[in-house]
Amino acid sequence: MKRLLEINICLVFLFLYIPILVVVMFSFNSGDQIAVWEGFSLNWYAELFKNRDVWHACKNSLIIAGVATFISTIIGTAAALAIEKYRFRIRTALTRVLYLPLIIPDIVLAIALLTFYVQVKFPRGLTSVILAHVVFNIAYVTIVVRARLEGYDDTIEEAALDLGANRWQTFWRITFPLIAPGIIGGALLAFTLSIDDFVITFFTAGVGSTTLSVYIYSSLKFGITPELNAISTMLLVNSIVFILLFLWFRGRNTQTS
Amino acid sequence: MRRNYRLLILLSPVIFWLLCFFFLPIISVFIYSFVERGTYGGVEWNFTLENYQRLFDGLYLGILWRSVSTALVCTAICLLVGYPFAYYLACYKPKWRNVLLLLVVVPFWINFLIRTYAWILILRTEGLLNSFLALLIPGFQPLELLNTPFAVQIGLVYGYLPFMILPLYAALEQLDLSLIDAAKDLGASPRHAFWHVTLPLSLPGILAGSMLVFIPTVGAFLTPDILGGGKVSFIGNVIERQFKTARDYPFGSALSFMLMAIVLAGTILYFRALQGSESAET
Repeated sequence: MKRLLEINICLVFLFLYIPILVVVMFSFNSGDQIAVWEGFSLNWYAELFKNRDVWHACKNSLIIAGVATFISTIIGTAAALAIEKYRFRIRTALTRVLYLPLIIPDIVLAIALLTFYVQVKFPRGLTSVILAHVVFNIAYVTIVVRARLEGYDDTIEEAALDLGANRWQTFWRITFPLIAPGIIGGALLAFTLSIDDFVITFFTAGVGSTTLSVYIYSSLKFGITPELNAISTMLLVNSIVFILLFLWFRGRNTQTS
Repeated sequence: MRRNYRLLILLSPVIFWLLCFFFLPIISVFIYSFVERGTYGGVEWNFTLENYQRLFDGLYLGILWRSVSTALVCTAICLLVGYPFAYYLACYKPKWRNVLLLLVVVPFWINFLIRTYAWILILRTEGLLNSFLALLIPGFQPLELLNTPFAVQIGLVYGYLPFMILPLYAALEQLDLSLIDAAKDLGASPRHAFWHVTLPLSLPGILAGSMLVFIPTVGAFLTPDILGGGKVSFIGNVIERQFKTARDYPFGSALSFMLMAIVLAGTILYFRALQGSESAET
């Protein structure tokens, strides 16, 4: 029985990792076939650095993810603080509603935002994408920060207030440092999801606001070149750096509490 | 009074954002689903139920059935593969448990487009799977695997398997192993103990995992689009076409509301079943 379970574990990991390894391997291929090995080279990375469209898409992705993360981290943290520290009438309703953008399918949220933008004649570009990304990012930031606030000891804050600190000082000197790992973790998660998002961006972006994900999608649709393997590998390395950062902050999260 | 003031500052941004960029858009889709389609992609502001009547067309019922059945099969496969996986990690407690769990989560952080694209390299007629099979079997004729329901099914299982494994592991990890020992002491065979103790106690994990896999797969757009090559349409793909090419916003809106109804039904069933399993325990 144990043997069978171990075989299952091995098969699952092969299934999960072979596709990823294939992409990485072929990004170092010298030939121009996407999946026929012809020898090692860094050609496709060199091509990538020369491609202006890729740079432009990369810049757009970073702007969108950066601004959306900044806005959603502030709003999400505020919401988490309100939910965890106060009791108010719409609290239960709000906690449910907050997670709705995660439950309804991507495509529905995407077309809803598109319809809305068309109706109010809001121009589609970087701004419209950022506003859309904030919607789903708020939910993720709130989840992560709330987890950090759970089991949080209110008496430290009361002590600070008793000792003469005002609310503002108490927040920045006591509360913020204690929940900072949660806030940074939430921000990292939001940034990754924003960079990776395709469906919502695809529907809310305008002509000049192509992101890396949308660029990848169009090359998948209109002609796959080995360059795609190189872009994928770069994004992969980026994701792995972010996971390590996220885990590091979460590690600090558990250490300090 | 000061307390209400602070609360207002903390809550007004999130409420504003959800109202403007979530509720208003959803309401506008709801309104669009009841009006007539105009010429040149616009709408005529006349009330109609025609968009919803069109959903019962054989073509769309077929697509609906394909989305739901593929999502159910995907959930079942993930459960069959994921349960033994989570069971081994939780009950045998191997040394590398945390590393193994991390390795399950890593793919979740990798761009979904890239993970889907990888399967094109593998499944293409001149792709890796066919080359591999040709090496094993002499005289092997390459199979047409890409742009088939099979390709879409594999892509979906690949994309959502981690969502099944994690809640299953969380449920099995909390399980009180002494209960299983007690069952065995009382004369239950290992098989009997599994079916009557372990499995019922891990039901909340099974339900949560199934919900996390079913909901995104029934509304999938990208996987059927890329691995189905336009030949294996899901509801999500029909919705996309209404907004991007056919420019029939009202019908696309009605389709979206149907998709939301399915997801909502799934969520309600989940909470019902969860309550049922909890009351059964006590």
